[in-house]
Amino acid sequence: MDAKTLPKSAETEIEPGIPPELKPDNEPAGPLGLGGLPRGFEFSPINLRRWQNFKNNRRGYCSLWIFLVLFVLSLLAEFIANDKPLFIHYDGKSFFPIFVTYPDTDFGDVLGTAADYRDPYLQKFLDEHHAIEIWAPIRFSYTTINDRPPSAFPSKPTWLLNAADCDFAAKNGYSKCGTLEYNWLGTDDQGRDVLARLIYGFRISVLFGLVLTIVSSVIGVAAGAVQGYFGGWTDLLFQRFIEIWTSVPELYLLLIISSVLVPGFFVLLGILLLFSWVRLVGLVRAEFLRGRNFEYIQAARALGVSNKVIMFRHLLPNAMVATMTFLPFVMSSSVMTLTALDFLGFGLPPGSPSLGELLSQGKANVQAPWLGLTGFFTVALMLSLLIFVGEAVRDAFDPRKTYT
Amino acid sequence: MSEGLCLSVRDLSIAFRSGQRETLAVDRVSFDIVKGECTALVGESGSGKSVTALSILRLLPYPAARHPSGSINFQGQDLLQLTERQMRRVRGDDITIVFQEPMTSLNPLHTIEKQIGEILLLHRGLTGAPARARTLEVLNQVGIPNPETRLKSYPHQLSGGQRQRVMIAMALANEPDLLIADEPTTALDVTVQAQIIALLKDLQARLGMSLLFITHDLGIVRKIAQRVCVMKDGKIVEHGSVEQVFASPQHPYTQALLAAEPRPDPAPPQPNAPMLLETDQLKVWFPITSGLMRKVVGHVKACDGLTITLRQGETLGVVGESGSGKSTLGRAILRLISSEGPIAFMGNNLQGLRFKEMRPYRRNMQIVFQDPYGSLSPRMSVADIIKEGLKVHHPDMTERERDQKVVQALGDVGLDPETRFRFPHEFSGGQRQRIAVARAVVLEPSFIVLDEPTSALDMLIQAQMVDLLRDLQKRHNLTYLFISHDLRVVAALASRLVVMRHGQVVEAGDAAELFRNPKTDYTRALFAAAFKLESAPEGVVEQ
Repeated sequence: MDAKTLPKSAETEIEPGIPPELKPDNEPAGPLGLGGLPRGFEFSPINLRRWQNFKNNRRGYCSLWIFLVLFVLSLLAEFIANDKPLFIHYDGKSFFPIFVTYPDTDFGDVLGTAADYRDPYLQKFLDEHHAIEIWAPIRFSYTTINDRPPSAFPSKPTWLLNAADCDFAAKNGYSKCGTLEYNWLGTDDQGRDVLARLIYGFRISVLFGLVLTIVSSVIGVAAGAVQGYFGGWTDLLFQRFIEIWTSVPELYLLLIISSVLVPGFFVLLGILLLFSWVRLVGLVRAEFLRGRNFEYIQAARALGVSNKVIMFRHLLPNAMVATMTFLPFVMSSSVMTLTALDFLGFGLPPGSPSLGELLSQGKANVQAPWLGLTGFFTVALMLSLLIFVGEAVRDAFDPRKTYT
Repeated sequence: MSEGLCLSVRDLSIAFRSGQRETLAVDRVSFDIVKGECTALVGESGSGKSVTALSILRLLPYPAARHPSGSINFQGQDLLQLTERQMRRVRGDDITIVFQEPMTSLNPLHTIEKQIGEILLLHRGLTGAPARARTLEVLNQVGIPNPETRLKSYPHQLSGGQRQRVMIAMALANEPDLLIADEPTTALDVTVQAQIIALLKDLQARLGMSLLFITHDLGIVRKIAQRVCVMKDGKIVEHGSVEQVFASPQHPYTQALLAAEPRPDPAPPQPNAPMLLETDQLKVWFPITSGLMRKVVGHVKACDGLTITLRQGETLGVVGESGSGKSTLGRAILRLISSEGPIAFMGNNLQGLRFKEMRPYRRNMQIVFQDPYGSLSPRMSVADIIKEGLKVHHPDMTERERDQKVVQALGDVGLDPETRFRFPHEFSGGQRQRIAVARAVVLEPSFIVLDEPTSALDMLIQAQMVDLLRDLQKRHNLTYLFISHDLRVVAALASRLVVMRHGQVVEAGDAAELFRNPKTDYTRALFAAAFKLESAPEGVVEQ
């Protein structure tokens, strides 16, 4: 193989430095495949190599694992931080308060409202009846207010309390140090447990980012594909439209819309989607413009294959490489946007757990550094992990990169 | 090092590492380059000839590449032991190199004067008037007409041959002891190739420098070199003087290489067979637009009034230099690009049919492209690639029947049907081209456009490919439109011939007759360049 033609293009996927097969023309060149079995459901060799490359990047690979573990844990947030027990066995019956709302008449009260399991009266009742209770490790949900704090809100992380704080609590009628419930990261200025809010906030951020990324990629790839494949007037008009669209001042429009509509998860998603889909269009369009002149595309046209099939079967996989490379970065910027909107107060409705709101509380309560620091480190960690994964993916898809 | 030797390579090995694997690309080769002589390094692609040459200048991608053994002695020092700084002094001054691709080896943003001036500045510190004088001198040496007017030109304003001349001028600027030419003519037309070879031969004799010429073409070796080394699988299997090696090759590989001329046995013309394809004044004009309103100010006439007839069972060879419009003709006939003028295929006019209306005809007309790496989708298995056409044209066929067709087609082109679940990258270039042929023949077409199907293949495999195509033609009574710039291959297959230039037919007729008796100067020049590597007198072909 000529050394200067080694890294040719993404399509030929020539491995640098490996001379092509020098065997007689009729002999199979590669290692023997699976004989008569189609290999549809295993990794194709190209993807296998990419996966290997990805794994070789230790930082990206570890980041992916850490991120996945955190994400899965946050998906199970209800089992980690909840103000209802997971399970109660009482009076010969089993209760699953985490899934079912029981009236408090089931536990000896008379009001008939939903049971509040953190109520000391109900606790005392269950203890007296020797009920078996299984609680989540953190007995707060993201809306639960700690009604027995050691100080005014926001109160310190419990393990940071010193003798002076305990004195102060005793003198001013707050809960005494020995009887406190643990707030690992303190409470916010409305008395809610920061760690609980963090776990739920992480989940909502990642889910939002994920949904926004997937939906905007689908729209962006489809739009780019149509432009790139058909070219000509389609391309010209669409490009001009996108130029106008992207020059609309996004942030102001977001602020205006979110002050008219009540912002919820899906409203925000819709508003951000209006602008985020354009990000991938240019990339995919360029891939399709390049790809439609490949000889195997010409060959497919000569076979009479329809435009739709050519776009989906032949061209899309090419464009997906470029798209895949971008996805982690798109995702981190989606998360960033949501956090920024929450920080400004135009994001998710009040009361929702959100990292942006935590940060803005940190700003408003400088005397309570645990708020700002927690928010900062969480956002920094999440974005760094995503960027590291993104870098590793980008390198893994780069056919020129060799790991030595 | 003994007297009279310019460069001496001893036990040179080159290994490439990729991940955990290490591949030995070159295995302990030794050869000498005598002062003032031309040594040729011959071998097929992948034999390690280019990396050997690049390692002399240490231009390989280190540290992915390394040299497990060996030394390269030049002027009393081992080039492999020099520091990078010392090495930079050797490059471009004592040893220079000319690459294959003149399109990409010049910086498109710099003028010719600047590119040559840079080398003079780096190694000799020349600037201003002396640098300009030397630049003009070397441009004169390499035969650029009116070099004064060319100094301010950018690479895109020059033709491919002229660019390669500029590359050679850059290599000559500092009067090197050794010039390495790495397939310098492969990307050029036959007529230009002949000129460049004549130029290199002349310069080498006049300047008394040594030349290391890397090529896969034995014809060129015979023309230019005094000594030859034949490489295969990273080893030098035979070396000696050119006369000796060509007269009595010792190694079986050299013998096979020398015997690898495509066997001429074209299908006879069929004057009485039914007419398959007829075009009348076929035109493909690309508009040149300018201004705000995109007004059409002129046309690039890729095909300008071509009238072609093709009868069942014939092979029509279309030859010409690059840019003569021969590939455009093939694609226009298949309606892959739009054109003007009637195209009668089996009695039906295809012109003006929409994409969907073309579909019934596509079963009967297929195409095989030049690049075996680019014409197969890297993400589909061979079975899927071949099946694709069947899915379009026989939608009611069962999966089992399709599979049988695929097996049959692979057998037809001489590949093991068991390989059909693999992906294209697991096959060599020649095998991939066979897959591309299988994709075309599985539909049982009557007409196939072969667009340079052998140009990207090595000599030995070219001959096999020609045999395969001829065999398929006989068995299935196929009609070929064979487009190629390689006249030896055309001579082996074509029953009739069309010589094209600037989108027009220069000469057409019975192939055997035309080869024996070309009528126009242009055709004669083309044939001389292709078969004897002789350059034509000025004015007949482009410089």
